[in-house]
Amino acid sequence: MTTGSTEKVNGARALIKCLELEGVDTLFGYPGGQIIPFYDELYDSDLRHILVRHEQAAAHAADGYARATGKTGVCVSTSGPGATNLVTGIATAYMDSVPIVALTGQVPRFLIGNDAFQEADITGITLPITKHNYLVQDANELPKIVKEAFHIASTGRPGPVLIDLPKDIQNTEIDFYYPDKVELRGYKPTYKGNIQQVKRAAEEITNASRPIIYAGGGVISSNASAELVELAEAVMAPVTTTLMGIGAIPTEHPLSIGMLGMHGTRYANYSIQESDLIIAVGARFDDRVTGKLESFAPNARVIHIDIDPAEISKNVKVHIPIVGDAKQILRSLVKHVKCCNSAAWLEKINGWKKEYPLTYRKESEVIMPQFVVEQISEACKDAIIVTEVGQHQMWAAQFFKYSAPRTFLTSGGLGTMGYGFPAAIGAKVGRPEKTVINIAGDGSFQMNSQELATVVQNDIPVVSVVLNNGYLGMVRQWQELFFDRRYSYTCIKGSVDFVKLAEAYGALGLRAEKPSEVRPAIEEAVRSGRPAVVEVIVECEANVSPMVPAGAAINEILDLED
Amino acid sequence: MKHTLAVLVENKSGVLSRVAALFSRRGYNIDSLAVGVTEDPDISRMTIVVHGDDHVLEQVTKQLNKLVDVIKVSDIGGDEAVERELALIKVSADVNTRAEIIQIADIFRARIVDVAPKSMTVEVTGDEGKIQAIEKLLRQFGIKELVRTGKIALTRGPKKV
Ligand SMILES: Cc1ncc(C[n+]2csc(CCOP(=O)(O)OP(=O)(O)O)c2C)c(N)n1
Ligand SMILES: [Mg+2]
Repeated sequence: MTTGSTEKVNGARALIKCLELEGVDTLFGYPGGQIIPFYDELYDSDLRHILVRHEQAAAHAADGYARATGKTGVCVSTSGPGATNLVTGIATAYMDSVPIVALTGQVPRFLIGNDAFQEADITGITLPITKHNYLVQDANELPKIVKEAFHIASTGRPGPVLIDLPKDIQNTEIDFYYPDKVELRGYKPTYKGNIQQVKRAAEEITNASRPIIYAGGGVISSNASAELVELAEAVMAPVTTTLMGIGAIPTEHPLSIGMLGMHGTRYANYSIQESDLIIAVGARFDDRVTGKLESFAPNARVIHIDIDPAEISKNVKVHIPIVGDAKQILRSLVKHVKCCNSAAWLEKINGWKKEYPLTYRKESEVIMPQFVVEQISEACKDAIIVTEVGQHQMWAAQFFKYSAPRTFLTSGGLGTMGYGFPAAIGAKVGRPEKTVINIAGDGSFQMNSQELATVVQNDIPVVSVVLNNGYLGMVRQWQELFFDRRYSYTCIKGSVDFVKLAEAYGALGLRAEKPSEVRPAIEEAVRSGRPAVVEVIVECEANVSPMVPAGAAINEILDLED
Repeated sequence: MKHTLAVLVENKSGVLSRVAALFSRRGYNIDSLAVGVTEDPDISRMTIVVHGDDHVLEQVTKQLNKLVDVIKVSDIGGDEAVERELALIKVSADVNTRAEIIQIADIFRARIVDVAPKSMTVEVTGDEGKIQAIEKLLRQFGIKELVRTGKIALTRGPKKV
């Protein structure tokens, strides 16, 4: 890398050089007036640029790319409406701690604050949804800012960083010099866990008789899955994951007890409630996980491993906090633990597993949505599964058998409908060798279906399986259960013919209307090597089960398999 | 319970709004905030008075520390710190009341910084209690206008925050 030498270039060219030096290979974006100088330089560069059809999709694609690869995703937009269109994608990445860098054009400096054409205060707007952001005010600072932005996005607790680039800055000549390290006195994440704390934790784990490991998205982002499984096996502790932690342990691993929380397995929720020691790793005791806080795990002591000190004791009182990187801490923890008093406990949990398996109503004529997910699971074992938001998302979490981290990408924190399809694009671009399936709802898919143009134009063969129940199903489920079946504005039957929609864009469109058609349609779509949409007409009033009503204790579980 | 936080931040544009936005979005209440540059021109110091229990204080501190532009957060309230506020108080005054106002100012070691035929302006520094006390005494003459800085504070002894 030629970081030491200097060279005269304009701001736009400097930015491209910075991106190359950061190892960026792909950008997702959409041009406009205030970012033209950058696009002009991009024209001659080797960076790949995927032109989306809506900036929201650029942000989600960068996010999907980041989650699938572990690298930082990059999205680009113009000022004003381009930048505000990124907002939902940035907020989604923020809530799930995903490293992305968003580059936005801005009106020239002399116009800032004037309500100029297409001016929006995007650093102000994104203040609460970015880890950090910058408005570049001096072209000479651009390389240092880009260096810092990538550093901040990808280290510590990862998150989105935005750089706002006034047009005149893009045109200003500078002496290019790329610093090789950052100096940020206010930003020094802790990686190594305190060894005394690790030893105390190890002792508690060794002595516990009903331990449970509760793993969240932090395990995935720190690439600590192997270490997590090693710890679980070393002390024979069951492992439950959050929605974000799915993939941290293979679904089929004997110690895996699935997801906990609102739509978690009964056995995971019973286990956490009866545990005497919770080992939380990279998880944040979100309300969808704990249910009613006062009755959450009443007899458990809590060890909390997290890179973000602000998560310690935020919601649940922690007895042994260990701040640092999950991978390093788990590694040293494994060295200090001894096996184990958990035999009776595991036996009890296995009893619950047998008694309360995840099931659904079996039908021979109608297609049950859970069945579709099972079919995808059998047909595409090693696929990356991306989801939209709704019932289908929960079924994808419950019924696909995951075997590796970074193979389940979903908007957990913000719950963004419209996330799945563009995120799948990003995942496929980042991991072209993988089959990428977007498990979608009929409502969600329509939030970013314009990206069919993107996948066709760029030949990105992702398969969207649309579970068409004719409803905004998750909302309908709440209306059924808590609002007396008053389906106020949740019926979307007859929205569109998804097969024709796919075909109109030049993608492959297939439909399954009987259970026997499901598997062949999925296999054909994958085999085609083309961007495809498989519309599956499913039972319209199926419910996600089990379910803990919002605000109830997490062992107060409703069974909704009718 | 009130706490006085000394927050060292990068002296850059936008930092104040980052800090203020954090307080409002997380629902913490600021009683007062004062900001100024320090002995190092690249660093500003905010003195923030917040109220809340230990849990709130811990969260505020940690969330502040997460801001990239925040360099250091210290809780310096209590007897270990010298705390000051400044107030300028414009009171109605005429020949009959002027002497009494000057007397009150003297007792509080306040200063008269402006005199006009119908008003006087008193400058007073001190802790919150002292400023409240003088305000109360001056009220009988008619306070036309009052302005107060937020609290600023330094730890006692040679140690820095
Ligand atoms: C952008 C956005 N708007 C609204 C919601 C609220 N919401 C959550 S799930 C859901 C229904 C989703 O419908 P669909 O995509 O068809 O999925 P289904 O639940 O039917 O499987 C809605 C409207 C949301 N999560 N995101
Ligand atoms: Mg639906």
